[in-house]
Formats: sequence, structure tokens, C-alpha cells
Amino acid sequence: MAKKLDIQDMISTLQHFWASKGCMLMEAYDVEKGAGTMSPYTFLRAVGPEPWNAAYVEPSRRPADGRYGENPNRLYQHHQFQVVMKPSPKEIQEYYLDSLRALGIEPLEHDIRFVEDNWENPSMGCAGVGWEVWLDGMEVSQFTYFQVVGGLNVSPVTSELTYGIERLASYIQDVNSVFDLEWGDGVLYGDIFKEPEYEHSKYAFEESDQDMLLKFFNDYEKEAHRLIKLGLVHPAYDYILKCSHTFNLLDARGAVSVTERAGYLARIRKMAHLVAKAFVAEREKRGFPLLKHAQENAAKEVE
Amino acid sequence: MTTHNYLLEIGLEDMPAHVVVPSVRQLHDRMAAFLKDNRLAFADIKEYATPRRLALLVSGLADKQTDESTENRGPAMKIAKDADGNWTKAAQGFARGQGGTVDDLEERDVKGTPYVFYQKNIIGQPVADVLPKVTEIIEAMTFPTRMHWSHYDFEYIRPIHWFVSLLDDKIVPFKVLDVEAGRTTQGHRFLGHAVDLQTATDYEDALADQFVIVDEQKRGDVIKAQVKQIADEHGWRIVLNRDLFEEVTNLVEYPTAFAGQFDKKYLELPDAVLITSMRDNQRYFYVTDHDGQLLPDFVAVRNGNREYLENVVKGNEKVLVARLEDAVFFYEEDQQHSIADYVEKLKTVMFHDKIGSMYEKMQRVAGIARYLGKRFDLSEAELADLDRAAHIYKFDLVTSMVGEFPELQGTMGEIYANLAGEKEDVAKAIREHYMPTSADGKLPASKIGSVLAIADKMDTIMTFFGAGMVPSGSNDPYALRRQAYGIIRILQDHKWHFPLLRIQAAIVSQFQEKNQVPHLHLDKVKGLNDFFVDRVKQFFSTKDTRHDIVDAVTANQDVDPEDMFAAANVLTDQVDKESFKPTVEALTRVLHLARKSKDAGAQVDPSLFQNPSEQKLHDAVETLQADAPQLSIAELYQRLQDLRPIINEYFEENMVMDKDPKIRDNRLHQLAQIRDIAKFFGNLDGLIVK
Repeated sequence: MAKKLDIQDMISTLQHFWASKGCMLMEAYDVEKGAGTMSPYTFLRAVGPEPWNAAYVEPSRRPADGRYGENPNRLYQHHQFQVVMKPSPKEIQEYYLDSLRALGIEPLEHDIRFVEDNWENPSMGCAGVGWEVWLDGMEVSQFTYFQVVGGLNVSPVTSELTYGIERLASYIQDVNSVFDLEWGDGVLYGDIFKEPEYEHSKYAFEESDQDMLLKFFNDYEKEAHRLIKLGLVHPAYDYILKCSHTFNLLDARGAVSVTERAGYLARIRKMAHLVAKAFVAEREKRGFPLLKHAQENAAKEVE
Repeated sequence: MTTHNYLLEIGLEDMPAHVVVPSVRQLHDRMAAFLKDNRLAFADIKEYATPRRLALLVSGLADKQTDESTENRGPAMKIAKDADGNWTKAAQGFARGQGGTVDDLEERDVKGTPYVFYQKNIIGQPVADVLPKVTEIIEAMTFPTRMHWSHYDFEYIRPIHWFVSLLDDKIVPFKVLDVEAGRTTQGHRFLGHAVDLQTATDYEDALADQFVIVDEQKRGDVIKAQVKQIADEHGWRIVLNRDLFEEVTNLVEYPTAFAGQFDKKYLELPDAVLITSMRDNQRYFYVTDHDGQLLPDFVAVRNGNREYLENVVKGNEKVLVARLEDAVFFYEEDQQHSIADYVEKLKTVMFHDKIGSMYEKMQRVAGIARYLGKRFDLSEAELADLDRAAHIYKFDLVTSMVGEFPELQGTMGEIYANLAGEKEDVAKAIREHYMPTSADGKLPASKIGSVLAIADKMDTIMTFFGAGMVPSGSNDPYALRRQAYGIIRILQDHKWHFPLLRIQAAIVSQFQEKNQVPHLHLDKVKGLNDFFVDRVKQFFSTKDTRHDIVDAVTANQDVDPEDMFAAANVLTDQVDKESFKPTVEALTRVLHLARKSKDAGAQVDPSLFQNPSEQKLHDAVETLQADAPQLSIAELYQRLQDLRPIINEYFEENMVMDKDPKIRDNRLHQLAQIRDIAKFFGNLDGLIVK
């Protein structure tokens, strides 16, 4: 490893790399969510017949994982670098390994393994088949071929790669605590995120207003259903994300009993299913524009 | 005759380790069947498998299919030809169906009736013309998980990347999806590169040059030797856990074992935590000294060579330390709270949505355990310990450690209970109540653990049945069958009696009295008897007991596994004796007639006796009835055997089905009493008696 990449170098390296493989560079989506998969750039685009290749950084909030900024590895909010390619390219595994090389991780100098891990997100009705990628025994990425999204069997299949940015950076920069990571220009991760980690943990575990959150959940849910009926897919999806995050806040607060938990998850899953169906219907009305686009490109290549 | 070698390799993205070996075996079986079906003789099929490939080398393969001649019978002549002797449509159709014309038909007699026959001579095709059909077996493969990829409808264990299909030095072409078979295989993903095979038999050596040990056995041997060398160098003892060894062998194509270490301070963690972190989470082999004491070292296997091994060691050490650091945090944090705190928390943890919380389950189980403990003659001190254990035994489920390492449930319960100053027997019962965790898993060693294990499982089975979640077919998501089987094994281990109907009734009345699961209709539960009887039969199936004996004793409607085992033992002992046949015949006759008796338990009225043989039998049965509760099942059998001459005399002297209904019923009641005494032997009339 020549130079130790700081986090922003790492991100721009990955962006550059995946753009060269045909991915559009998207920006993080501006509604709270627990994982990059829940961005509309993955969840919605994974259903229906249209091709889709995108890469983006997604700040992911998991209130229950907050540790007041005191645990070296656990965070209320971590960052994922998310890559989705649909249909899954034949060389996707090789692309991934090349992306590690681009980051200065030469596979011959390490031990890289693809260990079976079948991913599931029951609240969004998603399931896939794939691996955790181990780098010298550490899980640094999740690699998934989506099979079901929003309760719909998907075809073509989206391949999803999720790099845990903090994990990978801890390895590259050889630090034991994420707060010691260098983000850019010599500024440390802790300088930026330690305070929000503490405050969000304090809020999620101690200060959140349960009654308000419960009311929000119910209102968001109602609004999502209303919007789905109107065929307003994207606003509806935003409200589903809000439901999901609100539920996570309630859960972190210990406000959800185990019985209720299953009920909430089922409610979110139902909305996710409806919105996935609605998205395909709306795209179909528009004649699946990206499908046409891809066919035109293919035709040009033949000429 | 010349023979050939045929190599088939399926190149895939990394398969799950546990799928590799079963899949190549399946491919082997399918290939053998394929060659047989296609009349291609062969000498041997050798299997090769790594996470990225499934391959077979068929040797001594015939040059062509064996010829085959078959005669197929068509319609009878009288249908095949019309009155004028011309071939009918039926005959023409038959000939066409066989691939010929009516000119090829021959006439032959079958049992005196003339039929038309078509003789088919199939000339064996060259092997190279048949082999392209191996796509059939490739496509027919089944896997525990399957996936789609790209835009294909086809499902497989993982995406397919290449096929090698070589008959000696020639490609046998075929195509599946977009992948065409050829002679190019792939070496190790990092150390090797693609290579063209000259001939089928080059496979193993050519891949060895590309850092792939394709023979799973040899790869395992390499790992064993490397681990042994490391152990010898350091004077360590390393037990190669079989599951882990198999997994590691199938996670790599080119293994290099290496040792890593961690700070001694982590050895303060319980062994179970250290072992779980290393073995289950990281796939490391843990290391002990020669006394079995854990050492702060581990051995892992890299998929690669020794180059830059120091990076790999360092990375793995770092990951393990992060895990152990977490574990230390959990261990210390968990000890900050009392068992009572955890028990309180169990009120919010569901056992099952339709049943209730874990706390409520413990409340129910405490009652069941006490009832059973008394039945099984536990001492007052034992009952007190059992009661304590039953009120707390699930507490570790809400500790951070079990949250992080769910497989340590029970184990952590014992450790924390001991640390909290609980009695050792109480702590042990907490761990043991999960046992046995598999059909032949270890049983609880302590009496208290055994009772708690039975009570916990009994509660689970009854409440699930009560909530309508009854296993059916292969659908048993909560492993209720395994739990019932576990109960039977524990009972058998202790020779404890377990009259199911009575126990079931006692549990139901406890639930009702304490209003424990008012939303479940436990009094309406059906099928529990049959459910247990099936498990008893399963138990017998591991003991080589004769089927007719099993069927006989398990027909006893009053299920008590211990009685069933005892009755089966007695019958097994007696079955070859000379006295057996007449005894069973006499009793069978009693049983048959007793079925006609309408009111069970009716008294026999001696005033209706017509001759002394009736009185004699009556006296004998009365004595036996009085003695029966004190008799072992073996003694009972002996006494029934002694009754035989009296029974026979009775049948000689009396016509049971007398014309007078009063006399008849009185005699039937007499026989019914004998039947009730003999009920332990169940359906004696089903026994095969020589």
C-alpha cells in the first residue's frame, strides 16, 4: 500500500472505479434510512424490467446500534458505499476485486474469501443470495444477488455490493477506532461525528417522544397508503422510509414489545409491497423508458 | 477395445462450503445413471470439488454404446389385419410408432394367440455423439438454495462461468445459457490463471500448477498436515472439529494454515465464549495445551500461499481482538444486573405471539416441573432447587452476551447463575434444560436438569398444540417432534413413568386453575397421544425391536413410554419360547371376544355362573387384579401365562355368546377384565406367532 487513503479519497476512488464500469454516480437520498438498499435508487430500481447501474454513498441510520460515541466500532450512523448493477454483469465478482485493487488492496497480499451469507430484509420484503466478503477475516462488504424485492420476484436480477466504509477504512488506515479515521484534509472522523453520535444516541435511547413517534408512524403510514392509491409512487415511498425510521426509533427506545414488533414490520412490508407494484405499473405506463434506452444503445452498437 | 477418459467440470462463483461435497456426490450419481441409461460402459468416476468447481473424471469409458435389440409387441393379428388380410390402421399406426413400416412387422404367437411384433435393433452410437446430452444432468442438479442471475429464468446454486468437457483431447461441445463447453479451466483466483487442458487426464496436475488442489480429500490432508506441523512446533494440542474442518476445506482452493494470537487477558472470558468467537464466527481452530487449557492462540487457513502471510495474520488477529473486546464488554456489562432484573425483562420477550411471553412460560413450567418432580420422587431439597431453576431458567436470553452469541443460550445461563451465587445444581439445570438438542444429542446429566428439560418441552408442545400449531408432514418449524423425542429419551434414561393422559390432564387443570393460557383451548387438544406414540415408535426403531412387537405395545391407548419399553422387552424375551404361542392365542381369543363387551368396567355377577370353570376363572382374575398394581410387567406376563389353562378350560366349558343376554354379558365382562389387565401388551393379536 503506497499511501494510506483517507475516507474521501476512498470514496472518490470507488466512484471513479464504478463510473468506469458504467454506473451512474448518484447522491445520497435525503430521507433517513437504515441501509443503502432502502434508497429508491436500489429498492425501486431493482423491481421491473428496466436496467439500472448506479453507485452512491448512503449514510445509514440504525438507532439501536448507537453507543454514545463510546464504542470503537458501533455507530448510530455509518456510511455505506452502494453499487447496484442490473442485470447482474457476468464479471461482477471480478469488478469487485478490481475495486479493492483500486483502493490499494492487492488480493495476493491478503486473504479474500466469499463466505455464504443469504441476505434478508423482512420489513421491506427483500431477500437475496450472496456472500459476505472477508478481507483477512474481516467482513468488509456484502455481496447480494436480489431474488425478491418488495415481495416481488425480480427479473432481471440486480447485483448489489455494499462496502462498509468505516470498516474498510479502519483496515486501510490501520486504526482501532473509527473515530481515529482520517476523513479528509487531516480532519478526523471523531471530530465530525463524535458529537452527533452522542446526541443521537441520547435522543434515541432517552429523549425521544414515544407518543409523538407513534402518532408520526400512524400518520406516515396513512399518507403512504393514500399516495400509493393516487399512483404517486415516490412521495409514497418517502413516507414508507419515514415509517421505517420512526419504527427504528421506537424500537431503540424499547417502546415496541416483541409482539408489536412483528405487527409493525408486517405493516411496513405491506406498504413496501404495494409501492413496488405501483412503481412497476407507473413505469409501464411510461413504456419502461430505460429499457428502450438500453435497446437503442444496443442497436447502435450492432450498427 | 479402446476406452476413453471424459472430464466434465462446472465452473461457478463461490458455492457455500457445505454444498460443495454433497453436490459433487450428486453429480457423480447423476453421471453414473446417465451413462447407464445411455448404455455407455465405464470403469470409474472420480470426483473433484472446490468452492468454485464441481468436476468428474470418467475413466474406462466405452468407445460406443452397447447395441440393443428389443422386440415390441403390437396388436393381436385379428386386429392387425382385416378380413381380407390387409394391414389395418391399427397395425400401420403401431409400425409408424416404432419407426418402421408394416413391412417390418412379424407375426408371433403369445400363449397361442398370434400378435404382430416389431424387432428394433439399435446400433450403439459413438460416445462423442452421446455425451453432449450431459447438459441433462447439469440442469437436473438440485441444491438447498438456488438463485437467479442476470436476465435468466434458470436457477442454480451460483452463476455458472465455464464448462470443461473433454473426451480425451477432444472437446465434447454443449451449451447451457450463454456458456459453451470447452477446454479452458480457471486457476486459483489470485495465484493462478486460465489454462487450456490438452487432455482430460491432465486435469488434476494442470490445476495443481495453477494453485488449485481439486481433490477435496487431498486438500483436507494438506490442511491436516499443516495444522499438525504448527501444533508440533509449538507443543499445542488442536482438535480438528469435524464440521469446521469440512467447512474450511471447502472455503479454499489452495490452503495455507497459519497461527495467530491474542492477548492473554481475554482468557478470563469463559471458554465457551472464546471458542464460539474463534470457531463459529471466524472459522478458526482453537488451541489448547496438553491438559486441555485454552491458550491465547488460534490456527486459521488462508486461501493462498505463504506470500505476505504476515498481513493475513495481523488482519485476522485484529478482527478477533475486536470481537473479544466486545465480548469482554458484554461479560462485564451482563454482570452489572441481577438475575431478577433479567427475569423481569422476560415479561417483554415473546415465547410465541400466539402463546405469550417467556416470563409466562417460566411460570407455567415451574408448575409442571413441580408436579413432575413429585411424580418422579425427587427429594424436598431437589424440589426446592428445581423450583428455583424453573423460575429463572430463561434469564440469559436477555443478556447482551446471548444477544450477540445466541448459540450460547443455556451455557451463559449456567455461567452467570454460578457467578450470581446460585446453587451449582440450579445453574447446571439451566444449561441442561435445552438438552437433547438433536435426535442423538447428549441428555441432561442431572435429575433436576432432566425434569426441567421435560417440563419445558412439555409446555412447548402442549401450548403449540393448543394454539393450533401442530406439525404436519415435513412441516415442523418449531421442532416439536424433536422435543417430544427428547422427552422420551430422558424418560427412558431415568426409567421414569409418564402416563401421558394423566399428565396432560394435570397440566391442563394447572393452566386452568391459574388461568395461565386462557386464550388457548388446551382441553380440546387432540392428537397428542398419537404424536407421542409416533415418537416412541421412532425410539424403538433405533433398538432393533421387532415391528410386530412395537405395533402391539404402542397400541395401548394409555400411553406410558416406560410401560411400552418394558412390555416390549418382555415380549422380546418371550417370543421364541414354546409357551408363547399358546399364551398369546388364549389371550387373543379373550381380546377378540372382549371387544363385544359394551359397558367397560362392569362388574361380574357370580350368581349368573353356570358351571365351576366360570368361578375358577373369576377367582383367578380377582386375585390377579388385586396383585396387578404391585407387579412388574414381566411378572404380569408370567401371571397371565399361568392363567392360560384356566382360560382354556373356561372356553371349553362355556359358550360365551350364550342365548341368554344376561349370561352372555356377564361372560363378556369377565373377559373384559382380563383384557384390561393385559392392556400393557396392547394389540397382542397383531403379533406374528410361529
